[in-house]
Amino acid sequence: MKPTDIGAPDYLHKVVDCQWACPAHTPVPEYIRLIAAGRYSDAYLINWHSNVFPGILGRVCDRPCEPACRRGRVDAAPVAICRLKRVAADLKDDIRHLLPKPPARKKPQRIACIGAGPATLTVARDLAMIGYQVSVFDSGKQPGGMMRSQIPKFRLPDSVLDEECAYITDFGVAMHYEHWVGSLREVLAEGWDALFVGTGAPRGREAHVPGRQEAGAHIHIGIDWLANVSFGHTTKTEKRVIVLGGGNTAMDCCRSARRMGGADVKVVVRSGFDEMKASPWEKEDAINEGIPIFNMLAPKEFKHDNGKLTGVLFEKMRAEYDARGRRSLIPTGEPDELMECDEVLVAIGQENAFPWIERDIGLEFDKWGLPVLDPVTLQSSLPQVFFGGDAAFGPKNIITAVAHGHAAAISIDRYCRGRDLQKRPPPLTTLVSQKMGIHEWSYDNNVSEETRKQVPTKAREMTLLDIKLELEIGFDPFLACAEADRCLNCDIATVFTDPACIECDACADICPTECISFTANGEEDELRGRLKAPAKNRAQALYVSGALKTGRVMVKDENICLHCGMCAERCPTGAWDMRKYFLQSATAGTEARRT
Amino acid sequence: MTYFAKPKLLRPDTPKNALGYTRRDYEGAISSLCAGCGHDSISAAVVQACFDLDIQPHRVAKLSGIGCSSKTPDYFLGNSHGFNTTHGRMPSVLTGAALANRDLIYLGVSGDGDSASIGIGQFAHAMRRGVNMTYIVENNGVYGLTKGQFSATADRGSKNKRGVVNSDSPIDLVALALQLGATYVARGFSGDKAQLIPLIKGALRHRGPAFIDVISPSVNFNNHAVSTKSYDYVREHNDAVNRLDFILPRDPVEAAYAPGELRRVVQHDGSVLLLRKLKTDYDPSDRVGAMNHLQERHALGEIVTGLLFVDSTAESMHAHLNTVEKPLNQLGDAYLCPGNAALDALNASLR
Repeated sequence: MKPTDIGAPDYLHKVVDCQWACPAHTPVPEYIRLIAAGRYSDAYLINWHSNVFPGILGRVCDRPCEPACRRGRVDAAPVAICRLKRVAADLKDDIRHLLPKPPARKKPQRIACIGAGPATLTVARDLAMIGYQVSVFDSGKQPGGMMRSQIPKFRLPDSVLDEECAYITDFGVAMHYEHWVGSLREVLAEGWDALFVGTGAPRGREAHVPGRQEAGAHIHIGIDWLANVSFGHTTKTEKRVIVLGGGNTAMDCCRSARRMGGADVKVVVRSGFDEMKASPWEKEDAINEGIPIFNMLAPKEFKHDNGKLTGVLFEKMRAEYDARGRRSLIPTGEPDELMECDEVLVAIGQENAFPWIERDIGLEFDKWGLPVLDPVTLQSSLPQVFFGGDAAFGPKNIITAVAHGHAAAISIDRYCRGRDLQKRPPPLTTLVSQKMGIHEWSYDNNVSEETRKQVPTKAREMTLLDIKLELEIGFDPFLACAEADRCLNCDIATVFTDPACIECDACADICPTECISFTANGEEDELRGRLKAPAKNRAQALYVSGALKTGRVMVKDENICLHCGMCAERCPTGAWDMRKYFLQSATAGTEARRT
Repeated sequence: MTYFAKPKLLRPDTPKNALGYTRRDYEGAISSLCAGCGHDSISAAVVQACFDLDIQPHRVAKLSGIGCSSKTPDYFLGNSHGFNTTHGRMPSVLTGAALANRDLIYLGVSGDGDSASIGIGQFAHAMRRGVNMTYIVENNGVYGLTKGQFSATADRGSKNKRGVVNSDSPIDLVALALQLGATYVARGFSGDKAQLIPLIKGALRHRGPAFIDVISPSVNFNNHAVSTKSYDYVREHNDAVNRLDFILPRDPVEAAYAPGELRRVVQHDGSVLLLRKLKTDYDPSDRVGAMNHLQERHALGEIVTGLLFVDSTAESMHAHLNTVEKPLNQLGDAYLCPGNAALDALNASLR
């Protein structure tokens, strides 16, 4: 193999698995260390720069970082990254004076954003911060979009939403609430310099099953129902409720119903338990609240008695896989199962809907009804119109919407300045040695043996009575510190300097996971097999040095490195060093590096 | 004096040996030697050898004298018996222990100062008595604990870190061991574990005195440009006579070499030493030939390594002395101390 170039933009970034997995590339280990040090405000600001909504995401993020966490590969469970983020938000001081100030002199360009959800708010923040005049239009009375309308208050209290939205609206963003945009043509005619569309995926999928119309009074679309609950239009449910669907919306529906008078709430899913789209922890929370989940049952008919819903008839399914491993669900032929109920919530998916965008104004849509976009710049076929969040590529999650927001803001800024949109500004990176002295590093290189900490909750019987009472209490400083200590500091990179190595084997001998080998070079596949610990995880890179004095090379498997620094501690010549790789994604206004 | 602890987390696919132990179970405390010391590599090789041989840690006794090398038994086999003796006295303490309990595996660890200076008499007699042991000398040519004076194995003409020339003749412990009757004699290099680990395995399974001289650079005091025991010098002058593959009786022999390239030595316990020849005319069963080869190559400035001599049929001290089979601690008081009548009878027989 060729010697690894750790200067390549993504190499060390990929080693920080959590940061790489985060769509917004939040510098996770850096803020976790700050939490352990009790510097909550600093930890918050690092988050705020990257993901804009630390308090919100610390409660409801889909946490792509956690399945990626290195801890999960060498220990039983990953670091509770998401809930540590919440700690930073909960325990910080007033940080308003620490936020950047928008320039006093505004740029002449005016930007309109449609929809006030996470993608738009990110665009608004990034652009307002560098002086653009941003106006936001939303049909609701408050900012937040689906974060406010669809996420139940017992998971995300309004106070947190209000606080983090206010940080953005306080930047002088002109917010136009209760403003329904009915025509893109009209908005275009208003002469904005650029437009951002962040209107989400607002339409819940319908269950086309006999009896739907007749029993319609007690059958609701999940996301609409959640919005009604959120805004207080719906205040109670019937006793027996069936929720159809296996995603996170279904979990929010069933848990909300449980808090609104639903004594007998069930979730019924077409697929198997493991294939459900809901995050494992959300399923777990539902089950803990006494909500059973029934799988492999497809709704066949809504049973009713003169329009009064009496139950749902389900057809039993089984999974079958074709030669390519694709699954299809087929009826088993067993007798159908009737489940009695008084109310049904349909949460079987969301769709995009752009009824307000005329199809003759030059904005192209694909066959799925989604706008045709450049995947990097998020620019539509109308050069001044950009999309982001669920409106761009269909329903995803908040953190992806934030990442879209950053990307769109960069594009809009470059568009307004007449720059090439494809030329993206690089992230800001630093790589600095952490050696402080003999046996002394600036990070805590002791590898914690603690197990993952559970987040304390309020008593279930209490929270089941009040839909606005937040269930989770969050980590206290001691639990937070213990959990933060579990972080392996993957951003403290092992950096190897070939000419300094005397091949004494000290690093290979001490390495607790045996991830360092000195061996003859070879092709990657073959080399992976003959390392001291065979490197079976192809998704993780090998760090290969140039030829050393004996002609061998140093090969380090990044997969299982604990970043404990033992190699650098043992190295007599300083060939190994532990250097902190700090990466912050570019935001609008960052200049591309001159080459 | 350990400032840091080795993390206890293991990789998920950590290999286990037949006893269910991981390599980590054969490790000891964190080394307090200088970072990069060759001795630490030797410790790692001992760990690997014991892991591979499925040795029960509590069946090993590791003994040492004084010096950097003699500190190392603290850094491996943390669950074995250990005895840190006075300077140079490891061989006699070990001999006594072996006489009392022949069931343990005896590993003596010493250095060039401990064995070639203060303990040279002890070393000589352990070899000639045929004590069933593995005797490892971690040989760096300097006194590291006292900041790098020449030891008795330093080559004449080599210079220390400050440029002082060594004018004394070196003692070659391998040559002495051959001459004194050791039945397994090898030299290795701490910077070449692929060679060293099988040498240690063969020695641990050898019956009789097995001596391994391991050149082990002192990274702080004897790894400079004009040293003859530096990593670079030893790599340049390493003149291996053979490559050893150690094969347990239970393992299949899979080596395929042209006839004449390979020499197969079966030890008393059925383990096999497969020697891949690097010098076609070298015969590791010829003690005199080995001594000659050693002297010839030494005169040319080369460092001969590999398994230099092995006599797999040799008897050990217990056979020579006709000692009792059972360890003394299993014999019982009445047997060990038969009483006045027995003493009187013995005395009478000598009158």
